[in-house]
Amino acid sequence: MNQFQYTRVTTPKAAVSALSQENGTYFLAGGTNLIDLIKREVVVPERLVDINKLPLATIEKTSTGLRIGAMAKNSAVADHDLAKKHAPLLSMALNAGASAQLRNMATVGGNMMQRTRCPYFYDPSMPCNKRSPVQAGPDKGQPNGPSGCGAIGGINRMHAIFGTSNKCIAVHPSDMCIALVALDATVNVSGPKGDRKIPFGDFHRLPGDAPQKDNTLLPGELIMSVDIPTNKFADNSHYLKVRDRASYAFALISVGVAVDMKRDTIQDIRLAMGGVAHKPWRLTEAEHFLRGKPATEANFKQAATIAMNGAKGYGENDFKLTLAPNSLIDALKTATKTA
Amino acid sequence: MAEYEHLEDEFGNADSSRRNFLKQSSALAALALTPVAASAAIDNGLDEKMAAAFEQMPLQVDINGTMRKLSIEPRVTLLDLLREQLHLTGTKKGCDHGQCGACTVHVDGQRVNACLTLAMTTEGCKVTTIEGLGTLDQMHPMQEAFIKHDGFQCGYCTPGQIMSAVACIREGHANNPDEVREYMSGNICRCGAYANIVDAIMDVKQGGVRV
Ligand SMILES: Cc1cc2nc3c(=O)[nH]c(=O)nc-3n(C[C@H](O)[C@H](O)[C@H](O)COP(=O)(O)OP(=O)(O)OC[C@H]3O[C@@H](n4cnc5c(N)ncnc54)[C@H](O)[C@@H]3O)c2cc1C
Ligand code: SF4
Ligand code: FES
Ligand code: FES
Repeated sequence: MNQFQYTRVTTPKAAVSALSQENGTYFLAGGTNLIDLIKREVVVPERLVDINKLPLATIEKTSTGLRIGAMAKNSAVADHDLAKKHAPLLSMALNAGASAQLRNMATVGGNMMQRTRCPYFYDPSMPCNKRSPVQAGPDKGQPNGPSGCGAIGGINRMHAIFGTSNKCIAVHPSDMCIALVALDATVNVSGPKGDRKIPFGDFHRLPGDAPQKDNTLLPGELIMSVDIPTNKFADNSHYLKVRDRASYAFALISVGVAVDMKRDTIQDIRLAMGGVAHKPWRLTEAEHFLRGKPATEANFKQAATIAMNGAKGYGENDFKLTLAPNSLIDALKTATKTA
Repeated sequence: MAEYEHLEDEFGNADSSRRNFLKQSSALAALALTPVAASAAIDNGLDEKMAAAFEQMPLQVDINGTMRKLSIEPRVTLLDLLREQLHLTGTKKGCDHGQCGACTVHVDGQRVNACLTLAMTTEGCKVTTIEGLGTLDQMHPMQEAFIKHDGFQCGYCTPGQIMSAVACIREGHANNPDEVREYMSGNICRCGAYANIVDAIMDVKQGGVRV
C-alpha cells in the first residue's frame, strides 16, 4: 500500500469538512472494499478519514418506518429484531453477502459505496473506462482519449444485461442494495452544502458516458442513514441468490421479492434484481403487471417475460438471459408460498 | 475529545512541521541526499512524500490481555502489525484480500479479517488472536476438538478456522451442521478438511462447554 495520512473524526461535521479540504481523501468505514482497492493500487489515497467513531450505528423505529445508521455493521442489521420483523428481505439479502467476518466489518454506507468486482477494474494494467476514464498519453499529462472497456468483447461472465453503455457493462455487486431499492428506501446524506435526501433508486446510476461515477453522491457528502418506510411485506419476502458456490461468492443473479398478499391475490409487490446492471435493478413493469393478479405460475412467467424486456447479453454472460427470468419465477413462488 | 482530531506523530503535527523536520533533521543523511537536492525535492512538493516515510502514529490496543503502546505507520494492517511487528505469527496470511479467512481474529469479541482491518482503527479495542485463546498446556475446547476430529491437514487455515468457530458458537450460529457450514463459509481450507471441521464444531456445541 502507498503511504497515506490518517485522520480520525468524531462528528459528521468534522468528517464532511475533512473530506472537502483536499483531493485524494477518502472516508474509511469497515475498510473491506477500500483497503482491498488500495492494496491493488486501484485507489491511491493521500489521506484516509476514519469515520468509525461517528455515532451513526443505531437501528431504530421511527413514526414512518425504520432508520438504519450508515455506520451500522452489516451483521448487526441482519440480526437485529427490528430488521427481521419489519424488513426481513433486508436481513436475508445481508446474510447472503460476503462472509460472517466481512459482515462484522462492513457498514451500511460502505456497502452502498462498494465498487464493481469487474476484473479489469481491479487490475491497473488493464483497460477500464471506470477506473481510468482518460488514459495518460505519451505526452505527460495529455490525455489520450478513453482507455476503453476490457470487458466488452472480453471476460464478461459476471457482467450486466440491463442498462449498459458502450463505455461500461459492469454490475453493482451489492446484495443489501437489492433489498433497499425494493423496499423504497431513502438515503439521508450530509454535505458541505447541507443535508439532503436521495430516493434509493436514484442513488446509484447507469454508466452512460461517465462510468467512473457509480452514484449521485456529491464530493464531500457523507451518508448518514437509510430510511425504510413501513410496509406490509413481512410475511411474503424472499431473497434468492444464485452463485458459483453455495456461500461466500458474488451473485450471478439475485432476486428480491416482497409481496403483500390477500388470500391468493397479490395486493402489492416490489421486485428487484442483482447481478444484472450498474445499479440495483428495480422491475417496475413486472410489478405493475402482477398487482391485483392471482399468484399463479402463468402470471409469474408472463411477469418474467416483461421483466426481461430490453435485456442484452455480451457473450460469456448470455446464460443470464435464461437464468434471470427463471430465478425471478422461482423467487416469486417462494415468496408467495406457491412453490 | 477534540471534534477534529489530527493525530500527530512524534515530531508534532504532521501537516505543519514536516517541512521543518526534513530541512533540519538527520533524516537527510538517512536519505543520502545533499541539502541542495533535498531543498529541490521540498520545492517540488516531494517533502510530503518523504516525510510520510518517517511518519509513525501512536496506537494503544489491548492484544491478548496486554495493553500495547505502539508506534505504527497508518497504512499497516492489523495482520501485518501482529505478524511483523509483534511476532504473533499464529494468525496467518493467506490471500491478504478478505477471500480466505486465514487471518481471522476477534476485535472486541467480533470475528474479523485482520488483513482488511487497518491497525489504526483498533485504537482502544481488545484484540484476541489464536495465541490468546489457549496454550499448549491449557488448550481451548475448540483446539482440543480440532485435534480429536482431525480438523486439519497442513494446518495453515487452522488458526483462522478455530477463531471463526469459537465466534460462530458465541454468536448462536452453530445450531446444526447446515448453519455451521453457512456461517463458516468465510474460512477456506485448501486441504478440504471441511467435514471434520464441522464435526469438531458440532461436538463443542453439543458438549455444552462455555467457549
Ligand atoms: C471477499 C469478499 C466477498 C464479498 N462478497 C460480497 C457479497 O457477496 N455481497 C455483497 O453485497 N458484498 C460483498 N462484498 C463487499 C462488501 O459488502 C463491501 O466491501 C462492504 O459492504 C463495504 O463496506 P465497508 O464499511 O467495509 O466500506 P469501506 O471499504 O470502508 O468503504 C467503501 C467505500 O465507501 C465509502 N464510504 C464508506 N462509508 C461511507 C459513508 N458513510 N458515506 C460516504 N461514503 C462512505 C468509502 O470512502 C469507500 O470509498 C465482499 C467483499 C469481499 C472482500
Ligand atoms: S465493464 Fe466497466 S468496470 Fe469493467 S472494464 Fe469495462 S469499463 Fe471497466
Ligand atoms: S488473509 Fe485475510 S482473508 Fe485471506
Ligand atoms: S488444513 Fe490445510 S488449508 Fe486447511
